[in-house]
Amino acid sequence: MSDFILEMENITKEYPGVKALNNVNLQVERGEIHALVGENGAGKSTLMNVLSGTIPFGQYTGDIKYNGSVCSFSNIKDSEAKGIVIIHQELALIPELTIAENMFLGNERKNQFGKIDWARTYSEAQKQMERVGLKEKSDVLIKDIGTGKQQLVEIAKALSKNVKLLILDEPTSSLNEEDSKMLLDMLLAFKEEGLTSIIITHKLNEVAYCADNITVLRDGSTIETMSNAEHNIDEERIIKGMVGRELTNRFPSREHNVGEEVILEVKDWTVYHPVYTEKCVDNKVSFKVHKGEIVGFSGLQGAGRTELAMSLFGKSYGSHITGHEYINGREVHLKNEKDAIKHGLAYVTEDRKVNGLVLEDSIAWNTTMAKLEKVSQNGIINVQEENKAAEEYKKKMNTKTPSVQQAVGNLSGGNQQKVLLSKWMFAEPDVLILDEPTRGIDVGAKYEIYCIMNDMVAQGKAVVMVSSELPELLGMCDRIYVMNEGSMVAEFDAKEATQEKIMSAILSTDNNRKEKTA
Amino acid sequence: MNIKAWIKKYTMVIALVVVFIFFTILTGGRLVLAQNVSNLLLQNAYVLVMACGMLLCILTGGNVDLSVGSTLCLSAALSAKMLQTGHSALTAILVSVAVGIVIGCIQGFLIGYVHIPPFICTLGGMFLYRGFARVVLSSKTIAVTDDKFLKLFADYIQIDGIDRIGQTAADGSNLPNKFYSALIVGILIAIIVTVATIMNRMKQKKSGYNVTKPFGTYFKLVIIDILIIAYAYKLMNYKGIPVMLIWILAIVLIFAFITSSTVFGRYFYAVGGNEKATKLSGIDPRKVYFVAYFLMSVLAAFSGLLMASRIGSVDGNMGNSYEMDAIASCFIGGASAYGGSGTVPGIMIGAILLGVINQGMSIFGLSDMWQYVVKGGVLLAAVVFDVVSNHKTGKS
Repeated sequence: MSDFILEMENITKEYPGVKALNNVNLQVERGEIHALVGENGAGKSTLMNVLSGTIPFGQYTGDIKYNGSVCSFSNIKDSEAKGIVIIHQELALIPELTIAENMFLGNERKNQFGKIDWARTYSEAQKQMERVGLKEKSDVLIKDIGTGKQQLVEIAKALSKNVKLLILDEPTSSLNEEDSKMLLDMLLAFKEEGLTSIIITHKLNEVAYCADNITVLRDGSTIETMSNAEHNIDEERIIKGMVGRELTNRFPSREHNVGEEVILEVKDWTVYHPVYTEKCVDNKVSFKVHKGEIVGFSGLQGAGRTELAMSLFGKSYGSHITGHEYINGREVHLKNEKDAIKHGLAYVTEDRKVNGLVLEDSIAWNTTMAKLEKVSQNGIINVQEENKAAEEYKKKMNTKTPSVQQAVGNLSGGNQQKVLLSKWMFAEPDVLILDEPTRGIDVGAKYEIYCIMNDMVAQGKAVVMVSSELPELLGMCDRIYVMNEGSMVAEFDAKEATQEKIMSAILSTDNNRKEKTA
Repeated sequence: MNIKAWIKKYTMVIALVVVFIFFTILTGGRLVLAQNVSNLLLQNAYVLVMACGMLLCILTGGNVDLSVGSTLCLSAALSAKMLQTGHSALTAILVSVAVGIVIGCIQGFLIGYVHIPPFICTLGGMFLYRGFARVVLSSKTIAVTDDKFLKLFADYIQIDGIDRIGQTAADGSNLPNKFYSALIVGILIAIIVTVATIMNRMKQKKSGYNVTKPFGTYFKLVIIDILIIAYAYKLMNYKGIPVMLIWILAIVLIFAFITSSTVFGRYFYAVGGNEKATKLSGIDPRKVYFVAYFLMSVLAAFSGLLMASRIGSVDGNMGNSYEMDAIASCFIGGASAYGGSGTVPGIMIGAILLGVINQGMSIFGLSDMWQYVVKGGVLLAAVVFDVVSNHKTGKS
């Protein structure tokens, strides 16, 4: 008989018209790392919201047994009092406050008169930060540290609440491979100290690496729970459970048909940070993209890939930009984004919610946004044409929505990404630059996005893909460039490249640099 | 559409009807006298016109223009001064519009290109332009008496041969004036609206996309036709078609068209919805801000002409807190306080609702202080309702 810290039994949660959860069962053993996987919309987040009291007792049916007794949480405070802490995918930190202030937000360290005890606040924060290996001072503002470190602050915050059961929703979705591994190793270390964690993630290699048990959800139901005690679980099996079918090939096949003609060429491209203008973010970067080619850009976070892509796209990032940009062999000086679009470039942003879509506007409006001229005459929009175009791209992309009049904010992440792609396909670019195109979306939607990329290159256009997921770069690209700290450090033919080769290219340049400075 | 969704969609229309009936009863029917119906829109001309510009500002992200009341005063003061010093009506109008253009360029540039927060920039403008206006007026009241000027804005259209003016009946008693031209124009407009609606539906059907339900469309059409004709009937019984009404309608229709059907109109919604995404889509948000504040100031200056001719004089306090009426109409009419949503027909309902409340209270004889209380209450209630019912919490 196992010792379960948490048993969720027959949890059902209905929204008007949809059953988000249907008799879901989840059993978590004390002191394990339990992975919860499933496609977008499978009900993972809803289940965790039930557990944390975000969806209060009474609005769902079924029982939550925690430490053997049935609980009825009516808000987050209730669940936190019992040691259940949830860290959401979108971090709940306030950028303008210090690490320490954030850590004790709503839980302030104060004296008997209610005045905040700053000395205690900062010293206790420092202690928690040491536990998670965060080397910063506790009076640094959140906005001044990177996403990886912010994630650590969230965990330290959870620890300060005396957490017994830690829930992490997509903790590594915005981290690079190195930071992700560090985070997972830390969870493993905490496991040794007796902490139980539930981790929701799309990254199956992480699941295989750290989870003891894996529960698969699909369409609001539990499919199965499998043991991963040996850490040798078959990724294909998890995928099969998630999508309900065997994805024999995670990457759609395509005929590699790279043309001779260079469609985009960049020489000695140098970009400085827009605010800290003495900081060089891209240093003399040169690369080429051929017609019909998918070119990947690999590197750690902060390698300068997004900055490179954005500065090439009509100088939408950076200052003191120098270098040469050639499109179809002719040098161009793109003044702004509009100019870039006119010259056949498209840049699909990394963060679809912040930089990509107007969430409250309809799918139709978002689709036509980058090239409204296509559905208008003399500055007057032809609504019929616009809707027709949106309808056409909805079909092409297989976007799941009842109507193109639907606000984009109501769609799931994968479908939002498809609308974002629709928008840029509608602009009819020759070179499509994709920045982390599959972040935070499920396996099925990923596959469809890969198919769209293949269609693009089949038409003789070119795709540039910036991605932090090595398997995806290896599976999709013809050539892969590797960047580190603003410089181009390696170039591989995809046939020869391996994850090890790419990582070592990054790490060896790191070492070189350290030796030089030493 | 079920009843719940229907009520949600037409909340403000229903509120307008309820408020209208309420005040009609309260004032013993005086609210629907021909004179009062005719004056309802004219009294609120500045609100209707400036709300159009204010909508653009609000669309860009819940920003407002606080300076419009002062711009209106400056424009009116300049016109009055020019006329007083013997310049022609045309010169006066050109000078007023020019000052609107200059103010619009300055504020548009500061907000769009220098990134001064709109609230602060227009707060500065509010003091600045009122000060200038008082300088122009030398702190006096100037009467506006120029015939040409008044004819252009404050007159009524009368057509000899159609309208019956100042005639006596066979028994020697005065016959009431009947401006049949107003009714004829009203009926013509109703016919045009009807034909346009039917043709639009046919076009929709032909393209096979998104055809609206016949009952809903025709029901709405009948109501609108009845309202147009009823309004025209009231105008017939009181002085005929006001020239100012034509100005108001022209501006409202132009802005309704800009926001709903043009490429540039779409940009206002996009910038308010997500400025970064808009910029990366090749749209220059700076230009969008510039145009919003530019048009706002031009409309404010134009409202100055309307109000100067309607009131017949200009003083240094003219237009005080008019900006608040324009802002209130937008929010009552369903514009989002966070930007990115709101329509011209919506804010017109808001402006008329505010106007009905104002006029109803005045006719009823409610004192000024209580009028403020009621206005404030209505505004708060409208926005709270909007936010709660649509979950527009900005950050969700």
